[in-house]
Amino acid sequence: MKVVLEHLTKIFPSRNKKDKNAEVVAVNDFNLEIPDGKLIGLLGPSGCGKSTTLFMISGLQEPSAGKIYFGEDDVTELSPENRGIGLVFQNYALYPHMSVQQNILFPLQNLKGENRLSKEEMLARAEQVAKLVQIDEYMDRKPAELSGGQQQRVAIARALVKMPRVLLLDEPLSNLDARLRLQTREEIRRIQKDTGITTIFVTHDQEEAMSISDYIVVMKLGVIMQTGKPQWVYDDPANLFVAKFLGTPPINVFTGRVEGGSLYIGDEKVLDVGDVEDQEVYVGIRPEGFILDAKGGLSCKVSGIDVMGRDISVVTTNENALSPVVRAIISSDEMKNVSGEVARFKLKEHKVFIFNKESERRVHFGAQIAAHEKLVAEMQAEGQAYTTHEGALPREADDKEKRDAPVAEEKKGWLAKLKDLLPKKKAKGAEGPAEEQPAEDKQEDAGESREQSAPENPKSEE
Amino acid sequence: MTKEKTEKPVLTDEQKRIRRKAIFNRYKAWLYLLPAIVILLIFTVWPIINTIRISMLRNYDSMQELGGATFEFGFGNFAAVARYDKFLTCLGNTMLLTVITVPISTMLALLIAVGLNSIKVFRKAFQTIFFLPYVTNSIAIGMVFMTMFQMIGRVESPVSLGIINTIIEAFGGTRVNWVNVGSNYWANIAVLSIYIIWNALPFKILVLLGGLQGVNKQYYDAAKVDGASRIRTFWRITVPLLSPMIAYVVITGFIGGFKEYSSIVGIFGESMGPVGNKGSLNTMVGFIYDNIQQNQGRASAAALILFAIIFVVTMINLYVSKKKVHY
Repeated sequence: MKVVLEHLTKIFPSRNKKDKNAEVVAVNDFNLEIPDGKLIGLLGPSGCGKSTTLFMISGLQEPSAGKIYFGEDDVTELSPENRGIGLVFQNYALYPHMSVQQNILFPLQNLKGENRLSKEEMLARAEQVAKLVQIDEYMDRKPAELSGGQQQRVAIARALVKMPRVLLLDEPLSNLDARLRLQTREEIRRIQKDTGITTIFVTHDQEEAMSISDYIVVMKLGVIMQTGKPQWVYDDPANLFVAKFLGTPPINVFTGRVEGGSLYIGDEKVLDVGDVEDQEVYVGIRPEGFILDAKGGLSCKVSGIDVMGRDISVVTTNENALSPVVRAIISSDEMKNVSGEVARFKLKEHKVFIFNKESERRVHFGAQIAAHEKLVAEMQAEGQAYTTHEGALPREADDKEKRDAPVAEEKKGWLAKLKDLLPKKKAKGAEGPAEEQPAEDKQEDAGESREQSAPENPKSEE
Repeated sequence: MTKEKTEKPVLTDEQKRIRRKAIFNRYKAWLYLLPAIVILLIFTVWPIINTIRISMLRNYDSMQELGGATFEFGFGNFAAVARYDKFLTCLGNTMLLTVITVPISTMLALLIAVGLNSIKVFRKAFQTIFFLPYVTNSIAIGMVFMTMFQMIGRVESPVSLGIINTIIEAFGGTRVNWVNVGSNYWANIAVLSIYIIWNALPFKILVLLGGLQGVNKQYYDAAKVDGASRIRTFWRITVPLLSPMIAYVVITGFIGGFKEYSSIVGIFGESMGPVGNKGSLNTMVGFIYDNIQQNQGRASAAALILFAIIFVVTMINLYVSKKKVHY
């Protein structure tokens, strides 16, 4: 089932009625077409609106504006049970008082009218789904008697038993330990392939998203930053945020400038970039984009070497880097060449991304231009529109300023202001209001923090 | 030679100190508990033992005992209590009131708690209203209830009908003689039940609401996605998840029900029944109070019988809840 989101927007109203600016735009004009039978990863940092998007698709939250289509059906107004979705919650939300079997049967038992199955059919269906997720041995156990991974599988079975058109997973792996996480994500991939159900899952872990998704959607502050196949997005980030968000170890970012067709970091000329206008830029270099070379343009102070077996990670510092350390991953054979205090690097052109300093958008140069056009053509051939965010990129700082400033003012309630007006001794005498004040402050604090966490965990809002 | 070896070694002062400290450490818990233990012994354990003792003494009287009198030992008090007509009335009333009020008040409290939990506006106001009975004196409320049900004047031509009968007549019903002279037993029981249920609600709502607020909201989201109707969600999700609190409320409700007394005093006064039918609504605790003056042995025996009944009922409750409670 194809899923189409049109201009989807979610605004959480301000808790403080006096202050209209405190409302939070969790999802902002979200447009996306998810092809049938694919696994899509919604990826972004905490509070970027990815869970809110998922809950709007599920029907648990009502969009403030926009439409949701499953295939050709407009489901925007439908309640969750009528949408034909399966939802797996972050902490699974298995009913603790029911056995595994009862948990899986529960959605079937709620069916009414023609859709209602006979008891035997229900049991058979539950059995079948349990086999699919390999939990059929534990049918009589209670959730508390299962491990995290097993609970996860029960939750998936419960979501699948009604044969949903769309399967939604909210941070499905975040409650598992590292080993289980690896195993379970393969499991999710297998189940998705076996069933062919269009699946959308939310995660803040880029590695997770990259490893199992057909397509990823990178989000920031409720806005899509870029969509595409994981490798494409990694190889061709549209802006600084996407470049920084994907990849472990993270990309190294430097301040630099383009001058006369050459890229400079500090005073060092590191790369020829051809026909690029002179401008101030951020330079992003993937850790694997460094080549140790005595004649290389970029020099960094070596502060250590992390041995990782096949590769080594040279930990260096550079005064123009935005992060305290610059990591270069090179083959361990080169280790002997790292000597002395300064390492010089040549750069691989396709691993270097430059971004305009003002807009933080990507500036393609040299061979990258052709490569980019080829990628876009490939994406269009696959029927997947190449989406990047157009217009001004949302910035944390702007947003924060807008959100914090009026709230900070508001925190000083009328009582506090009144107290300021009174001479100190009198304020002490009027104990009633003076005592009330901290309580009110606290309440506002709580409201505020809830608001800010709202996009991340929107259900706490209800 | 061997004698010398078995002789106790002489301890140095330091070793003595360490040994004293070890002994102190071993018994210090008891030392700290001592005040509580003494108080418990005096005010709880001794009265229980004394009650058991008195219940087995014939025609016991504490004044005579102080004077040096001794009393015949036996189980006569229990037999006398059991044969006593009034006792059976009291037992019947108590059982009836408990069986009527505990389930109804629990159900009502559950519904109100769920309702309170689901509204946002006026929640605080409603909470306050529902919790008011909890902080008011039950005798005083009983008197208010009585005036609501009571007719003033002669039954055939009353001056005032009382608010309840006025409402009934306003809706075209016929008035009921709830609590006045010649009133029906079941009318009396109805008034008492309403009062007891109303009085029992706040505590139950408090406990259940607390339980509800501890239930993870995601279960309800999951139930919504799973297509459960509101009623099914209530029975399949809310009630099982609240079962520990429900069990607690029912058990304490039964215990409280068997000790019902003040509500009857509040409405009918110490005559424990409508005028002209004294004692018809008496309860177990009322029976015990009545007997304290005349026959302490018999009162003690009745108290022990009440204790036994509560004990058995609580055991049954616990047994049932073990099978039904899910945690």
